[in-house]
This record gives sequence, structure tokens and C-alpha cells, in this order.
Amino acid sequence: MIEIKDLHKSYKMGSNSLHVLKGINFTAEDGELVAIMGSSGSGKSTLLNILGMLDEADSGEYTLDNVPIKNLSETKAAQYRNKFLGFIFQSFNLINYKSAMENVALPLYYQKVGRKERQEKALNYLERVGLKEWATHLPNELSGGQKQRVAIARAMAAEPKVLLADEPTGALDSKTSYEVMDLIQKINDEGNTILVVTHEEDIAHMCKRIVHLRDGVIVEDKKVKQVRAAEYVQ
Amino acid sequence: MFNKDRWREILEVLTSNVWRTLFTAFGVCWGIFILIVLLAAGKGLENGIRQDFGDIATNTMFMWTRSTTKAYEGLPKGRSFEFRTSDVQAIQDNVPNLRFISPRNRLSGFRGGNNVVHGIRAGAYNVYGDYPEIIRQEPMTITSGRFVNHNDIREKRKVAVIGRGVKNDLYEKDEEVLGTYIKIQGVNFMVIGTYKKNSNNGDGEESQKEIYVPFTSFSQAFNRGEEVGWMAITANDNSSISNLKHDIVSEMKKRHKVHPDDTRAIGYFDLYEEFNRVESLFGALRGVAYIVGIMVLLSGIIGVSNIMLIVVKERTKEIGIRRALGEQPWSIKLQILMESIFLTIISGMAGIIFGSLVIFAINTVLDSVGPVDMFMNPSVSIGVVSGALLILMVSGLLAGFIPANSAIRVRPIEALRTE
Repeated sequence: MIEIKDLHKSYKMGSNSLHVLKGINFTAEDGELVAIMGSSGSGKSTLLNILGMLDEADSGEYTLDNVPIKNLSETKAAQYRNKFLGFIFQSFNLINYKSAMENVALPLYYQKVGRKERQEKALNYLERVGLKEWATHLPNELSGGQKQRVAIARAMAAEPKVLLADEPTGALDSKTSYEVMDLIQKINDEGNTILVVTHEEDIAHMCKRIVHLRDGVIVEDKKVKQVRAAEYVQ
Repeated sequence: MFNKDRWREILEVLTSNVWRTLFTAFGVCWGIFILIVLLAAGKGLENGIRQDFGDIATNTMFMWTRSTTKAYEGLPKGRSFEFRTSDVQAIQDNVPNLRFISPRNRLSGFRGGNNVVHGIRAGAYNVYGDYPEIIRQEPMTITSGRFVNHNDIREKRKVAVIGRGVKNDLYEKDEEVLGTYIKIQGVNFMVIGTYKKNSNNGDGEESQKEIYVPFTSFSQAFNRGEEVGWMAITANDNSSISNLKHDIVSEMKKRHKVHPDDTRAIGYFDLYEEFNRVESLFGALRGVAYIVGIMVLLSGIIGVSNIMLIVVKERTKEIGIRRALGEQPWSIKLQILMESIFLTIISGMAGIIFGSLVIFAINTVLDSVGPVDMFMNPSVSIGVVSGALLILMVSGLLAGFIPANSAIRVRPIEALRTE
């Protein structure tokens, strides 16, 4: 599904440049649930941004579902993001003045799906994250966990190939974190490929594979026995 | 592109900060209001002055004789001469494209010794011997009876048309005027009509105290023979009297043995030139109205542009989210542009409506207080209004352009990082 070869990325900070990714090689198969771990500054967010086509690597190859991702124009990148990727952010990034349902329907709007169908699908996904009753509420009327579930529904709405989650539980307490992870695991169970960036050990162990980054290189890549979040959720 | 969702979004954005939107809209509203009102005021002045010109045939010159200032063909300078009735025919034959030539003779009497008597009353008035066409060149409204006609000319009838002022002086308040006789320098003329003049060029009183009699009867009654004191010459509509006047004057010089370079021997007044000067003044007024209005509008538009920049700045993160979700740059640009155009046009329309209401109010007041000197019926045409809308559309586009570009200049990853 995802294939990365010898990926390099550096940022220019004034006169000196900061080499963030120093040759990353990484493959993720269809249906994997991968945690990317590392301390801050290890390059995990940069890697995720490159995977999300929000940023571009200086050198190296990136293939997503057998499509080479290289030298994309903004328009093309927007199209690919819409078609291939779903984003889940630490700070939820819902649009404040739109209701939960409208937020979920947004990616479908960009796919030019008709209004009726869009709302139907959005409601359907909200139901799957257990928030159907909250469809007409604005984000500031929801709790943190609810917001993240809306965000997950939104990421799923476009039926992407890969879900990219950047610290999805970073702003949540442990109980809500587990609920969110439970949801992510269930989505993964249905066969979706998910990459989760996190620095929390317990969250990482709820994935099926952990990739450790340090100073821009992968230092460890191991399969783990998945801890089901449901065990912590009543 | 013009779907319901986009409009909903535009309304959502604009109503999310109502006061800010209103103040921004006020800038544009005010600009277009000033533009409309200035144009209407200019139009009012134009209408008022045109009214002063009345329905006068403006393509007209007036010509009279003075004394020569150059010796020519054995004749001395300082010689006085008169036009003859044969000159009228000569001009008619030699200068093409003329519509009317009205020769005139005059007894001047205004504020002089009494020259007109009716019953026991007497007064001093200007008396003109005229052709019927003069009513087209020096318009007046016939309030009763009729004006001089060609039968009067042919038969040299002793008839007279008197002004309102003359009637007030010589007649009792409700005395019948038509069919009575007045004695002009001892000769009886029957009154066949009364007139009133619309013009108010400052000679209002004098112009209402005139007496018109047929040219031929005048010449006979007051011993003018073939003399012509003054001529009013109107050109055809498709040619300008200003171009023809030199031919006319040199024709006269030739016939009266005046030195061709003697510029003072024949006096004339070119009404058309004067009229054109006023016309160009109107043009200048319109120009000033447009410049001032558009300048004020411009500051309003800069306001809109500023606010749109702030809106874009505030929504940086939101725009970042949208782009991460796959909205394309052109769509974001279009969104900002449409917001800007929508805001500009709506507030401009408000300005146009407000301006029209003010113009309507002014017109109502003008109607109720009666005619005002040099100002009448201020208005803007539908052409001007649609022009203003076009200006608004373009300016909305311009106002949104910079903000729209700045919205997509920020890379999505940076946009997402802003708080």
C-alpha cells in the first residue's frame, strides 16, 4: 500500500539547514495498523506530512497504492489527498461554524457528491462512530472525545485508502483515548490501513506494528501483539 | 460553481461578524451613494440650464451692422450701413444648409419715452417687426390668440402680439385684450395674441414687455423701406451655424463693400458656440462627479479588500483543513472572490437604493416649492445605474483578488499549524 525508499527531508533555518529525515525506508501492507513512535524532533510528524502530501520530500521515492507521488501541483495534491487519504489530527481540526454532519460531509463535497447523498453518507458514518444524535450540533457543543470521533467519521467519509492519525489521542484523557483507539481498531478490523503517530507507549501497543524513529532514521520496526482497547472500555 | 452550498458558505462567513460586515459594506455603500447623488446633482443643474435655454433653436446666430473701421473701395472708414431685405435673399441663395433667416426691425422704447398708447394708458416698450419663424429662434409661449403668420406678412396687416408685462401695464385686470387696438407711435395695431417668455436670463422684465408686429407692416408703418436692422439665422440640424457664420458674414461684407479684414463692421452672436460651451461644462461636471464618486468608492473598496484579508487571515487554519481534506486551490480562490463580489454588490445596491431615495426626496421637495433657478429634476439614468453596478462588480473582483491569492499562498501544512 505504502512504499517509501530512502526518503530525505531537510528544513532551511536561516543559514543552516536541519536534516530531519535521513533516509527512511518503510513499507506498509494493506490492512496494517502501524504506530510511528519517537520523541519530539525525531521526524515522525514530518514523515506523516510527507505521507499526507502536505509536504514534499527532498529526495527519495514514495508510492501510494502503486501511484508514484512526486512533483505534485497543488491541485493534483488536493485531488490525491481527497481520494487516497483521511486525516485525523491531534486538535481535531473541525470547522467551527459547521455542524458535525456538515463537517463529515465536507470531503464528499470536494468529490462533488450531491447534497442528498452526502448527508446520507455523513449520517451513516456518524452512526458508526456513535454520534448520530449529535449530527446537528456544532463542534463547540461536543466533548473532546466526541470531536475526535466526528473527525474520524470525516476522515472515513471519503473512503480513503489510508488513514493518517497525528497524535489522535494527544488532547484526550486516558478513558477517551481508549475509546478513540477502540474505534480506530474497529476501523482497522474492517481492513483499512491506518498509520498512527504517537509518543504514548500504551497507545502504540494497541497497534499491530511499532516503528521507532530517532533523529530521522528508523531504529526499530517490530510487530507487536495488539492490545485491544475494548478491554479498557466498559 | 454557483451551488447552494457555496452561497450558504458565503452567507455564513459574512454573517459570522455582522457589525464588521456592516461597517465594511458602509464604505462601498457610501461611495456609490456619493457617485449617484453627484451625478444626479449634475444632471439637475444640466436640466435647469437647458430649461433656461428653453426650446430655443440653439443652432442659431444673430447678426447686426455696426460702422466700418477700414476704408475700402473708395469708401471712408466710420461709415454706417444697413442690411437690406435683398440681403436675406442673397444669404438664402449663397449659403447652403440654412433653415430659417428672420430679419427684424426694432423700435427701442424700454425705459424710454412712452411710445405705445391704449385708451388712457401709455407705456414705453420695445417693438419688433418680425417674421413668424422668430418664435422658433426666440421661443415664447402664446398664452392667448396667436402669433404673427405669413398672411400677416404678405398682406402687411397691422396686428400685434403683446407680452404679459405690456398687458398688465395697459389693460385693466380682466379686460379683454384680443381684438382691441394699441397705438404704436401714432399707428393703430390690433392685438391678436399675448405671449409669455420662459427664459430668465436676467432680462425677465424687459422680455415680457415686448410687442411683435409683422415685419412688412413694421417697415411700412415706421418708414423703414428696405432696411433690416437685425437677423436671426438658424442652420439645419445636421450642420453647425458656427461653421457657416463666416460665409454669411463675408457674403454681407461683399454686398456692402466692407473691407474683408474689417472684423468690427458686422456684429454677431453665435448662440451655438455659447451653447456648446455650456454643453462642455456639463461634460466636465459629469467627469468631476465620476472622478469624485469613484475615488470615494475606491476607499470603500480598499476597505472591503482589507476586511477580506483579515477574514482570510482568521480563516487560515480553516483553509488549511479544507485543503488537507482535498479542496482545490481554485475553489478556495473562487470562494473568497465571490464573498468579496457579493459583499460589494449588495452594499453597492444599498447605496444605489439610498441614493435614489434621496434623489426622490429632493424631487418631491422641488415639486412642492415650485421651480428653482438653474436646478430641475435631478436624476440618474438606468444606464448610469447599470454602469455603477458594473463598476461594483469589477471592484469587488479587484478587492477580492489580493486576499484570494494570499489565501492559497500559505501552504496547507503551515496553515494547519496556525492557531
